[in-house]
Amino acid sequence: MIGWGFLTAVTGVLTWLAVAYGLNRAPRHGGRWALGAVGALWAVTAWVMVIRFARGMGAMTSMSDTYPWGVWVGFLQAGVALSGGGFVMAATVHIFHIKRFEPILRPVVLLAFLGYSFVAMTLFIEVGRPYNLWHPLAMWQHHSIMFEVAWCVTLYLTVLAVEFSPAVFERLGLKKAVDVLHRAGIPIVIVGVILSTLHQSSMGSMFLIVPQKIHPLWYSTLLPVFFLISSVAVGLCVTVVASFYSARLFGKTLDRWLLADLARAASWILLIYGAVRVVDVSARGAWGRLFDPGWLGGVFLLELGAGVFLPAVLLSRRVVRDRPRYLVLACLPALAGVVLNRLTVSWLSMVPYNGPGYTPHWMELAVSITLFTIVVAAFGLAAKFLPVFPADQKMGESYDGKTFS
Amino acid sequence: MSDGLTRRGFFKGALGALAAAVLPQSMARASGAPSKAGVAGVLVDITRCIGCRACQRGCQRANDLNAPQELMDMEHLATRLEPSFHQWTVVNREGGGDAPVRQVKRQCMHCLEPACVSVCPVAALDQTDQGPVIYRESRCIGCRYCMIACPFDVPRFEWDNGLTPVIGKCQFCAQQRLFKGLPPGCVEACPTGALKFGRRDDLLFEAKARLRSRSDVYVDHVYGEHEVGGTSWLYISDTPFEKLGFKKNLPKRPLPTLTWDVVSWIPGIVAVLASLFGVLAFSLSRKNHQDSSGGPA
Repeated sequence: MIGWGFLTAVTGVLTWLAVAYGLNRAPRHGGRWALGAVGALWAVTAWVMVIRFARGMGAMTSMSDTYPWGVWVGFLQAGVALSGGGFVMAATVHIFHIKRFEPILRPVVLLAFLGYSFVAMTLFIEVGRPYNLWHPLAMWQHHSIMFEVAWCVTLYLTVLAVEFSPAVFERLGLKKAVDVLHRAGIPIVIVGVILSTLHQSSMGSMFLIVPQKIHPLWYSTLLPVFFLISSVAVGLCVTVVASFYSARLFGKTLDRWLLADLARAASWILLIYGAVRVVDVSARGAWGRLFDPGWLGGVFLLELGAGVFLPAVLLSRRVVRDRPRYLVLACLPALAGVVLNRLTVSWLSMVPYNGPGYTPHWMELAVSITLFTIVVAAFGLAAKFLPVFPADQKMGESYDGKTFS
Repeated sequence: MSDGLTRRGFFKGALGALAAAVLPQSMARASGAPSKAGVAGVLVDITRCIGCRACQRGCQRANDLNAPQELMDMEHLATRLEPSFHQWTVVNREGGGDAPVRQVKRQCMHCLEPACVSVCPVAALDQTDQGPVIYRESRCIGCRYCMIACPFDVPRFEWDNGLTPVIGKCQFCAQQRLFKGLPPGCVEACPTGALKFGRRDDLLFEAKARLRSRSDVYVDHVYGEHEVGGTSWLYISDTPFEKLGFKKNLPKRPLPTLTWDVVSWIPGIVAVLASLFGVLAFSLSRKNHQDSSGGPA
């Protein structure tokens, strides 16, 4: 009870601050409030980690032999999806050569790198024997999707680090290193995009093996395709939201017309994603299962209605796209929708099969929220000390001179 | 299109050759389709089980497990026991209601095409040539994908161990008994002949003979003959299996094919994407070069 209260207080403070900064009404000691909340959370999570490794996962999670995977896997899945901006924007700029998006590529690559770091950090806690996490690299079992996932996470994290490293080298004044990377650029980007494509889709393939456990509204042989398309859409939305908050918090300037273009692309992709999901359920004749006893039908409608079609329609409107604040508000349900989707596929959709028996422990949530705040803090530090944003890259004025701050 | 297909074929072949060179032998074997007819198996005749739980004690002895043994007898049969990381088999009362009460032993079914083996990223779970699915603790990373994938919900995790948790599941006493020609500990302990050890094809023949000779008693179904492509452990019963807590409506198709259908495409997808992106990126970058003096990246 105390744990839940603590968690509610911390997330309440952080959400309040996020909303306040978004509305440009930062409270007087906002920074101090944030530091206090995050500091307390990190201290508690440090203690939770001691419990995790001293007494086992049973002592601080609600997972059991009936529910061997909990919210950690769902959040991990969501983290991968939300990092989708990295490969989408890298492909846009360096493969399709749509160069006007180059100014936002660097912050997006950093976001993806930090998103995958969230995934890696989660894995080190979620897995029973984290010191063996290198095993898939040495002990091959190429029939396993998890084997592919392990390789993709490792390689793609490396690729993202390389893609972002020019920012570090520039800061350190290592011009030669930057030049070398410049020349190796395109092949590295191609490798990264392929790895992401495989990895995003294999996060869905992971669940193909359990046709009898996942509710038919979600189980489909197209799961890998769904996971891939939704990660592209949501990657664009994350880019919009993160750019908006970077501008607010770090006083960086970003071209709002670029964001509007991203939003329009996101709108189309969300629409395609939603349409494919609908056609898929129709083709499998699973609509009747919407009325199964329980609340899963509601989850499906919420996910597809509020999480896919609502943002798709909103983002297709000029009125919304032209105002950064509306733009962000329209992107948020898409982010929530994909998080809900990943949590549903890995947990909620199996409730009818497994029976009730899992509600996340507050300590599980504390760990995930902590890792999220670590990622946000790391982004802030990088934005402060490294040339991440276009102003620092001396990109000059944006093409029509209009910027938003 | 034919170009794409041959390229895919080439990559598959290349991957196969690489696999043969790099992977342990058991892995290379897994990509072929070995005959599973002669694998070791056990036939469980539910009509003959009296619920003495001697098999549970036999399992503990044979595998040096340390689950509390106070409840492992007939007097405590009313107390339901759950399998755990150190209790690989349990006998419980099942049925009731409109069905008669029966004693049912549960343990790993040792699938002929095991889902757990196919999903394990490090081959910590592996299928031996004689059929049994074994677990190698030293390889395990504790990802618990096997627990998700298992159609019979067999693998268990050591939740109260922080640093060295293990997966627990019946291994058919493979290392310490089967490979020496001995039956598993549970079969040896069974006093009523409810468990019979042998070659799977022989046991299947015998199961069907029993069903035919007492068709008034038995349900006409050998559980494990076709479920998820067949299992090494086979059950016959006088009570419908779904009334005794057995998973019903399992696909007859082996589950690993569901993922292999996707995984086998990967080399092809990589090849197609690599050539597509490569051509696109470099042709567009050359065009950009000619258009303006701006370089790539």
